[in-house]
Amino acid sequence: MIHVAAYTGGGICMGLGAMGAAIGEGYTAAQANLAVSRNPKISGDLFKNMLVGQAVAESASIFALVIAILLLFTNTGTGALIKAAALLGAGICMGFGAIGSGVGSGFPGGQACLGIARQPAVTNRITTNMLIGSAVCQTPAIFSMVVALMLIFMDFSHSAFYPGWAALIGAGLSTGLAAIGSGYGGGMAAGACCEGIARQPESVGNATTTMLVGQAVSQTPAIFGLLVSFILMFKTFPESPALSASMALLGAGISMGFGGIGPGIGNGMTAEGAVRWVSRRMEHAGELMRIMLVGQAVSQSTAIYAMVISLVLIFVV
Amino acid sequence: MAIEGAELVKAAAFLGAGLAMGLGAIGPGIGEGMVAAKACEAIGKNPKEAGLLTRTMLVGQAVSESTGIYSLVIALLLLFVV
Repeated sequence: MIHVAAYTGGGICMGLGAMGAAIGEGYTAAQANLAVSRNPKISGDLFKNMLVGQAVAESASIFALVIAILLLFTNTGTGALIKAAALLGAGICMGFGAIGSGVGSGFPGGQACLGIARQPAVTNRITTNMLIGSAVCQTPAIFSMVVALMLIFMDFSHSAFYPGWAALIGAGLSTGLAAIGSGYGGGMAAGACCEGIARQPESVGNATTTMLVGQAVSQTPAIFGLLVSFILMFKTFPESPALSASMALLGAGISMGFGGIGPGIGNGMTAEGAVRWVSRRMEHAGELMRIMLVGQAVSQSTAIYAMVISLVLIFVV
Repeated sequence: MAIEGAELVKAAAFLGAGLAMGLGAIGPGIGEGMVAAKACEAIGKNPKEAGLLTRTMLVGQAVSESTGIYSLVIALLLLFVV
């Protein structure tokens, strides 16, 4: 049974995990083609930048590959049945968690290629910014990997199978799904920053600051997801054969997981708009940063509702 | 493990509450983000109207928030009333 769960989890992990990076890298390559057609003289530089950008985007699916290989080849023994739930949860977590970061880090790669074609003189600045932006995009995937590794290697044999199985699968769903929005959103902000620096190279300081603040706020839904996962993994739930006890914990994971997707993307859109206009109108950077934070705070509220419902499902009912 | 009728209803209500709030949060989150992105754009184009634009943004977001609040209400009803 544990092997069934490990192999199923490994398949889910790599299957879902391959989607995001492939889309993101495809976007980067598409924009690189466009950039070469605009400025064929520097096609060598563009090619190099495309490959660097794609390599960073690839890391999300490499995380998924690592987790899938661990699931296939780690000797998990024939311990308690609850380990099966943990392994399935690990696969779900890393599989979903790689989607957002993979797609998201394609945006800075693509926009950096276009930007270099437009302003070859500031290639270094644009490439540096692309690397910073896409590295931040990877954090949700890293959160997912942390949760997946904990699910694989922690010992859950002391906890009861009912409702423990639901807590562990819920833990995987919570971080995995919530990471989709944050990864995608962080990528939108980073893409706009690369575009903005190419348009107005002297705005690099303001634009990068706004990008990092915007990305940090976009990361919060993934952090909420991580928090709910940790509670689900570390809290000891009293054994209860009642179906409702299991469904409450599974529901908590689903609520926070799906609930984190929208606000993550929304916060990223807001940051994208703000960064784009900070680089065009540097003198209004302060006002734009303020409105970005207010807008993101409102967009964040639904993630907070989702977290409240999760916590009620875990602690109250 | 026999699952009786009332127990099944309770389990479905808990799972439903999670689904309602989780899926219901996607739309408002994206929608409000769009509003704020366009507000940033508008302030970039016309910084003199920042006050008016902020107000408009907040009203627009509040309306977009309503479906998120409906989901919250339904989730709480499923948890505590039904």
